[in-house]
Amino acid sequence: MSVTVNGVAREADVEPRTLLVYFLRETLGLTGTNVGCDTTSCGSCTVLLDGESVKSCNLLAVQVDGREVTTIEGLATDGQMHPIQEAFHRNHGLQCGYCTPGMIMAAASYLRENPDPTDEHVRESLEGNLCRCTGYHNIVKSILDAAGQMSGAKA
Amino acid sequence: MATTEKFVGTSVPRKEDASLITGQGNFVDNLTLPGTLHMAVVRSPFAHARIVKVDVSKALEMPGVVGAWSGADLAGEWAGPLPMVWPITEDIKTSDHWPLTKDKARFQGDGVAVVVAESRGRADDAAEVVDVEYEQLDPVLDIEEGIKDGSPLVHDELGTNAVVHWSHGGGGDQGVFDSAPVQLRLRFEAPRITPSPIEPRGALASVVPAMGEFTLWTSTQIPHIARVTLSGTTGIPEHKLRIVAPDVGGAFGAKLNVYAEEALCLALARRTGRAVKWIENRSENYAVTVHGRGVIHDVEVAATEEGKILGFRVKELCDMGAYFQLLTPGIPELGGWVYMGPYDTEGYWYEFTGVMTNMAPTDAVRGAGRPEATYVVERAVDTVARHVGKDPAEIRRISFAPSHAEAKPSLMGLQIDSADYLPAFERALELADYEQYRKEQAARRDSGEVKQIGVGLSSYIEMSGLAPSNILGALRYAAGGWEAAQVRCQPSGKVTLTIGTSPHGQGHDTTWSQIAADELGVHPDDVEVLHGDTSIAPLGMDTYGSRSISIGGAALHVALQKIKDKARTLAAHELEVAEDDLEFRDGAFRVQGAPEKVRTIPELAVSAWTAHDLPEGYEPDLTAVATWDPKNFTWPFGTHVCVAEVDTETGFAQLLRYVAVDDCGVVINPMIVDGQVHGGIAHGIAEALYEEVIYDEAGNLVSGTLTQYLVPSAAELPSFELDRTETPSPTNPLGVKGIGEAGTIAAPPAVINAIVDAVSHLGVTEIGKPATPERVWKAIRDARGGGA
Repeated sequence: MSVTVNGVAREADVEPRTLLVYFLRETLGLTGTNVGCDTTSCGSCTVLLDGESVKSCNLLAVQVDGREVTTIEGLATDGQMHPIQEAFHRNHGLQCGYCTPGMIMAAASYLRENPDPTDEHVRESLEGNLCRCTGYHNIVKSILDAAGQMSGAKA
Repeated sequence: MATTEKFVGTSVPRKEDASLITGQGNFVDNLTLPGTLHMAVVRSPFAHARIVKVDVSKALEMPGVVGAWSGADLAGEWAGPLPMVWPITEDIKTSDHWPLTKDKARFQGDGVAVVVAESRGRADDAAEVVDVEYEQLDPVLDIEEGIKDGSPLVHDELGTNAVVHWSHGGGGDQGVFDSAPVQLRLRFEAPRITPSPIEPRGALASVVPAMGEFTLWTSTQIPHIARVTLSGTTGIPEHKLRIVAPDVGGAFGAKLNVYAEEALCLALARRTGRAVKWIENRSENYAVTVHGRGVIHDVEVAATEEGKILGFRVKELCDMGAYFQLLTPGIPELGGWVYMGPYDTEGYWYEFTGVMTNMAPTDAVRGAGRPEATYVVERAVDTVARHVGKDPAEIRRISFAPSHAEAKPSLMGLQIDSADYLPAFERALELADYEQYRKEQAARRDSGEVKQIGVGLSSYIEMSGLAPSNILGALRYAAGGWEAAQVRCQPSGKVTLTIGTSPHGQGHDTTWSQIAADELGVHPDDVEVLHGDTSIAPLGMDTYGSRSISIGGAALHVALQKIKDKARTLAAHELEVAEDDLEFRDGAFRVQGAPEKVRTIPELAVSAWTAHDLPEGYEPDLTAVATWDPKNFTWPFGTHVCVAEVDTETGFAQLLRYVAVDDCGVVINPMIVDGQVHGGIAHGIAEALYEEVIYDEAGNLVSGTLTQYLVPSAAELPSFELDRTETPSPTNPLGVKGIGEAGTIAAPPAVINAIVDAVSHLGVTEIGKPATPERVWKAIRDARGGGA
């Protein structure tokens, strides 16, 4: 299969049963994408597929043949962190950090479609991403802050 | 590098974040070593069954399989059973707990065999074909049935399932329970819950066979305790065993334990001479990692006719599960000191009986004993209020114990270090617009609206900061409760802290750096913090029980004073003055009256390191080590207020507001403290509304995945409104108290009190946890006379 991951074209032979998340973690060594469950519930493994968030434990690697995947490792550009990453740091949007890559990727996809969200809409958008540390309070705050920064940057 | 800026008390952004937000975290599953074997455990599908035969031959024929063993095959590997370090009574009945069971499976998921193979997939495939013949036995799944004569026995050799009984022994005047004008007998239950860190457990063991040296990277809260106890289980000498806790993806008590899989990875690395890795999947995490709660309380509460609370007499029945894990029998007792809440009571009694069952072992889940106690106290206080026809806020006001700034003996026998309950209480009510909601509640009741409003209060005190070693000794705990810190001022001006606590999301790197920065006059970014590796930080007792800042922070404080003392001696030597002639400020010693004569800590660090010109007998290098054994626990307190709207037709409860005013003494980093409270509240709301471990009548785990065990998402939870009062702790030199568990302790009764309050005018007096729409709806139906 061939796939573009974080802007780099990659080719690999994979077993048909290999899930995308294990292809990323074990074949490509991109261990930023975590696994927290086996029922597509926790969202820790969220990545972007052609810009849209997907749970990489719920896709076979071969299903992304010819497409473009962005993982947490590919979110920063030119050494500059993405505004969502900066907002998570500024607002204490993470504690243990295990769900964080998935949260940030889910937020990146959501904010692209919804640049000016409300607290309630952000909460609904995170329904598929679980966190046990933060109570979500500062995650929501981080995403709203990032939305403000990103729309400010565009304006 | 030197700075006059102060950092304690400010929200310094976390130093830990950069790797975690860029996908460069160092979680155990991210680690690989050449030639690593992968381990899979064969687990019993039955809750209770005799093992007739284990045949691993088919597994051994599978491609990529390197070895497969039954419990009997590995019996010779163990120098001792898995650790249980808290035999809380002399007559506790205990049974050896082996990494793989040999005779009986005692819960669904109990390990009976193990496989190692060249890949995770091949290990899992091979585990599937291990042939185990079982003879099914009747399981014990109910603690009240389990203590009756004729019940099946979980451990036959113990002759009973009621294996431990501990009594506090009582305090104050037991007569109040017979003489008080108001005497209520109540029953409360707390179902099992599971800690659910988002990262399941995992371990990777490596071995250097020629040296007999082992390293275990494990997702744990307790590398130091794991080292000494796993040495005891595996027979690997302690000095040949290094334990590393890398980045740990949450724990909440799940990783305050020493598990079979950790011992198995080490033993199989020894057998094969290769690295062995095991990564728990979520289903295993729910089946075999410890659960918590699982208790029934029978409570007598005494009060005056005005509703002043006079005392609680509590008997608790506790589900221990199939085996004692590390702390299992001691967990209820941790709550056994706070069954008076923040109230000025006259009589105190607490006792519990621990019952073995054919379900997963129970142990600490965030709060450990204190959420159980606080739930009982706060639900009972609301029930008394309703009984005497008073506002629950009013009876709390007249029942609070007086404030005190120094330690004061309490009826339950320990000393509460400092307290001032009323200001936190009044602030919480003010923030929550309490009176306004009471008016709205009255209006909605008058108009008979479908959606009714309830306000729930929860005033708590908790015992945190585990623990004074002498008290632990008196309670028969096998270790001490002290903590350690080393400070090294490097010649380049940087500072290295080596600490004994082992964080897993709490931000110790940042908080400890702030403390050192202020003392030494450096920036937190110039401080590195090392922890979680027994070769790098050999001294320590790890992170649990809201202990890290109040004990580990105190140890750091003492080490920093030693550094300053040592630096002062050297400064006096270099400046050719007496030590008393120096004043220390902003990281520099100045000669009084001659402020141009100055030596900064970084300058002195260089002098101490080069050692070219030191005072007679002065030890080179600016380094100090300190340990701190607390004289007392710390006692955080506060009041939480929950406002809930309950649909009386569907039973659905929506949380409209959640206000928390906590007092954890002096705050080092407000942002991090708030974060701890947020997470604790969410965990407590989850316990109140969503989460419940369910076994069916055969002992099958029904809530075995995240699709059945309902960890709430952001969509289910409100924002939280926080404030603090600050009553310094006299227990430690920083004035700090723990804050990691406060939210989990306070929230469940706040939520349930709100929901009961919303429908109490319909006659509802009790709704069990979790208050699902079905339970709420049934409570309303039953109160209305069953004619729904």
